[in-house]
Amino acid sequence: MSVTMNTPTSGNRLLWISLMVFGMVGLSLNAFARKDGMAHGYVEVKEVERVQVTVVQSAGAGAASADAELKWVAPTDPKIASGEYTRVAGVAPRAWTVESLVPAKEAAMMMTARDAGDLTVERVEPSAINTFGIWIAAFLTLGIFSFLYRDNPWYKVAESVLIGVSAAYWMINAFWSTLVPNLFGALAPTLVRAVASPDLPVSSSPNSDFWLAVVPLILGFMLLWRLAPKGGWISIWPIAFIIGTTAGLKLVSGIEADLMAQAVATMQPLVVLNPADSATATASSFSFSAISFWGSIGSVVSVVGVLSVLTYFFFSLEHKGAVGKTARVGVWFLMITFGSAFGLTVMGRITLLAQRFEFLFTDWLNIG
Amino acid sequence: MLKRTIPILILATSGAILVVAYFSPFTTNWSEVVLMWFNILAAVAYVLGAGNLLAVNLEKVSSRRAGWAYALITLVAFASMLTFGLFKIGGVPSEAHPDVPYAGDYESTQSAFGWVYEYMLSPLTATMFALLAFYVASAAFRAFRAKNLESILLLGTAFIILLAQTAAGMFLTGWIPADSVFAFLRFDSLRIAITEYIQTAGMRAITIGIAIGIAATSLRLILGVDRSYLSKQ
Repeated sequence: MSVTMNTPTSGNRLLWISLMVFGMVGLSLNAFARKDGMAHGYVEVKEVERVQVTVVQSAGAGAASADAELKWVAPTDPKIASGEYTRVAGVAPRAWTVESLVPAKEAAMMMTARDAGDLTVERVEPSAINTFGIWIAAFLTLGIFSFLYRDNPWYKVAESVLIGVSAAYWMINAFWSTLVPNLFGALAPTLVRAVASPDLPVSSSPNSDFWLAVVPLILGFMLLWRLAPKGGWISIWPIAFIIGTTAGLKLVSGIEADLMAQAVATMQPLVVLNPADSATATASSFSFSAISFWGSIGSVVSVVGVLSVLTYFFFSLEHKGAVGKTARVGVWFLMITFGSAFGLTVMGRITLLAQRFEFLFTDWLNIG
Repeated sequence: MLKRTIPILILATSGAILVVAYFSPFTTNWSEVVLMWFNILAAVAYVLGAGNLLAVNLEKVSSRRAGWAYALITLVAFASMLTFGLFKIGGVPSEAHPDVPYAGDYESTQSAFGWVYEYMLSPLTATMFALLAFYVASAAFRAFRAKNLESILLLGTAFIILLAQTAAGMFLTGWIPADSVFAFLRFDSLRIAITEYIQTAGMRAITIGIAIGIAATSLRLILGVDRSYLSKQ
């Protein structure tokens, strides 16, 4: 069956070629014959200018000495006019533009408002690089979807790009968010402040920080030794450290956040009162009308569910008699839980699918 | 000694420090140091993963094994993204420190790194996950059979949850008045009852079970009873 499906017949091939030709013609007509065209990338452009100033902070009232601090601020900063900041002579101002993506529909509204003279709306411009990006994203999206037909070179290209890009993405994230501030910042703080992280906190004990950073540096090299053809056992030291730390963290957090918190959340009153009556309820004012019927049923069901599923997970007793019956109820609860989780997962995936179609039809084809 | 005793001691010490630090405020700074080392090693692990990816793909390209062209694409994509991110190519300066060369945000929209994330990584990841909608539905269609009470419960619940979130659910049971005695038969009410009470109870028991399992495994590791991590060395 699978062989028949994976081997294209001549009729099958003709169908796919026809579809490709039809798609290409439709795409060309949509791109060039329609007035609105397709795939428009827009950016909101903000001009930024900064000048270097000196901030004079008096050490105290009537103090003779003062510490000078250098800062970069906007030239329109009111503290320059008030004299709190003084422009540093001989340092040229820095100016650049900051662009942020704007959806096409929002961009059209912003451009119309600005053309009508509303200068409070930020400037929006068409962006060639982002338009090209939409085409690339559409190409890769369709490449992944092409796997629904069968494994093919288009899909494999998209898959290879994903592997390479995601590996580098996570590595760069780890580099800038962890290695630079925590490792390099402790080993060479002056250099890191001058090149990458000027806001790196100044340590009160730089020597001790240096030696404390040498340990993970050595462990890191030992971990990378795993790539060497010989002496792979050296990496077991950092691996033991990683396992030990994870075990220590999970032992405490698992008991506190999962075991205790979930047990406490289960220990709720079985009789649930209506919200209006809950504040005034006493033994003498008991009445059935104050009880929330469905709330109480829900509370009982929750407790019965937790206890019966835990009984099913308890293997020190044979699942016979009362224990067996309770465990069977636990299985029913588990089946409903899995069914519900399955339904929610499928709906989540379908939402993602709808978002991808929305991208293809609205952002790329511009027919949404 | 080097291959067994020291790793066991390292594991026990690092684990014990974190447990002790929870109970004693005097040792909190020890746990901070251990966690900082852990974070650095976790970051180095990404470098290890990338190194492994490079080694595997370079070998594939150099030996011209089947699919070497795809390995080359992976290598080019990896090297490009790495260069874009490390040197913050195309990024904007930091507004507070425009004189510091690499102080700007590495993920800014204008940077090459941000562009690749926006137009390559993000759509590829989302589409990969979206693709699973087809396969999950297809697998469920083939695997789900209402053979006994348990499978009927699973199938019925999934059916109710799926229908309740679509217009069809509203169409089928929306005519039942929300304030009537039979309001609980509406798909939206059933979905709320299932997720709030039954699913919560099931997930709660599963979480408690997992927590007990993790605590037991962690204790076995810290006390040196479980040494399986040494077996492949």
